Amino acid sequence: MSSSIEQLAKEFAPLAVKEMVQLPPALVPKPAPAPKPAAAPAAAKPAAVPADPSVVGRVIPNPPSVAPTPAPKPAVAAAPKPAPAPAAPPPPPPKPVQIWKFEDKGLHLEVTVEPANVVAAAEIMDRHGFAIDAVTGMDWPTQGLLEVIYDFLHFQTGERVAYRARIARNDPKIATISKVFPGADWHERETHDFFGINFVGHRDLSPFMLPDDATYHPLLKDFKA
Amino acid sequence: MNIPQLIPVGDPSAETFTINLGPQHPATHGVLRVKLEMDGEFIVNAQPVPGYIHRMHEKMGENRTYAQYLPNTSRIDYLSAMTYTHAFVGAVEKAAKIEVPLRAEYIRVITSELNRISSHLVGWGAWIMDLGGFTPILYAFDDREKILDLLEAITGSRLTYCYYRFGGVCDDVDQTFIDGCKAFVPYMRERMKMYKKLVTGNIIFRKRVEGIGPISAEMCRKYGACGPVLRGSGVNYDVRKAEPYSIYNQFDFDIPVYQECDSLARYLVRMDEIEQSLRIIEQACAKIPEGPFQGKVPRILKLPVGDTCFATECGRGRLLVRITSDGKEEAYRIRLRTPCFTNLSLFEEASQGMMLADAISLMASLDLVIPDIDR
Repeated sequence: MSSSIEQLAKEFAPLAVKEMVQLPPALVPKPAPAPKPAAAPAAAKPAAVPADPSVVGRVIPNPPSVAPTPAPKPAVAAAPKPAPAPAAPPPPPPKPVQIWKFEDKGLHLEVTVEPANVVAAAEIMDRHGFAIDAVTGMDWPTQGLLEVIYDFLHFQTGERVAYRARIARNDPKIATISKVFPGADWHERETHDFFGINFVGHRDLSPFMLPDDATYHPLLKDFKA
Repeated sequence: MNIPQLIPVGDPSAETFTINLGPQHPATHGVLRVKLEMDGEFIVNAQPVPGYIHRMHEKMGENRTYAQYLPNTSRIDYLSAMTYTHAFVGAVEKAAKIEVPLRAEYIRVITSELNRISSHLVGWGAWIMDLGGFTPILYAFDDREKILDLLEAITGSRLTYCYYRFGGVCDDVDQTFIDGCKAFVPYMRERMKMYKKLVTGNIIFRKRVEGIGPISAEMCRKYGACGPVLRGSGVNYDVRKAEPYSIYNQFDFDIPVYQECDSLARYLVRMDEIEQSLRIIEQACAKIPEGPFQGKVPRILKLPVGDTCFATECGRGRLLVRITSDGKEEAYRIRLRTPCFTNLSLFEEASQGMMLADAISLMASLDLVIPDIDR
């Protein structure tokens, strides 16, 4: 990993959250046992232990109980032999400032920042000459959270950095970064459309992709058409 | 005879009026509306209003399996369907760690580059038609037809190809296709010479694009512009080189970059890119290996928990696919960051103070595909 990524990681460290909620993995155990009791857990369970690591050749932690169903097929098909070895040490939980291998994630650096720090983080990106790639949202109804994800790329070095901020689902408010990156204007407006996140200080949050009279937010998980 | 006297109302020079360009205007290349605040012939503010053909592709990704979602990806930017499908299968392959056989990678590169040429040809013809020259689009569609015939023979479709599969492609190519590609390269090179004579050196065309619609490299960075727009502003960025995917790092090709930042620079980037794509096709056809065209893929595809990003260089620029999986058969969230969306987002700033006819030239130089903006 290039030194500039480590430098960036250091600069991001004060902005990052102290306590990291493991979002995608934390989500799974809750819905997994509840909605599908009849999804043949008996057949899947025994295979789960050897199979899980074969799926998990990656950095994101995947608790052993997490994915019982994907287990059997890859285990037989891909690699039953190397499976037991990595099974023992569970992968470490992602840190608030996480340096990834690009080949695994398509990202070099991922940071979870405090929601109050998104503008400061955008300024770091601006100072280092990064270009804005995208801003988008993510809905985590079980945890009562909404997530805003900011993607950046560097034209000269090809580095990819993403940072995310998590806000309460019942009062989704976050500062706009469109003053730093005017390109975020449209992305934020679209995110407001789809998730109802209120970007404080944004010049115009009227419906963008949706019809002018839209009052719904279709990418929320509880949206019913 | 009683002639009514003109009564001056306010200061006429400070008076502006609002008109709509579109949503059904030929120069917007689709269903895009631009709210123009005009001071005479000059634009005070031009605000694009997208969303007329919004289809919520991202939500569709959440309620169908990865394989079921595959055809959606070719319908976002219908002109470069191959590269869009490539981005999606690439993201899934990266997350699921699916190996792609070498022959399939070669087929992907050849078809992607053919698709890029056909996409540039449509953009080229339509652009000049926006500026009032009707002839070039007929030549462009004639040449594009050759590409469509080649691709139709192997994919079965002419526009919205769903040819790539997780771990490979859906069907092997035969020698007829390879020979057809080999024959197409010198044919297209000859045509490019003719295009240069017909359009690039044409004084009427040059007056409409030279120095028109300046977009600085700094503006590109602030707005996340990509593709030929970015390279026409002197930034040497191409996803094929910066984040090499597939087997692009095995080919010898250049990234055309022009420093002029005007519409002509963006035009020249596209014309040079056709030549570079021909170079890649030539090399790929020469050394395409024998072997399987489809790798081993689990019957029920479930991605491990977490995020995966994968970007490809499409005809119009960088397409980023971000898949978030919670371990089920469907994605938890699919984010599509499309090139036309960011390229159009700088139109409001770039078009300020321009004459309306020049703004049309600027908009055409962005090479917009509206379904790509609206998704």
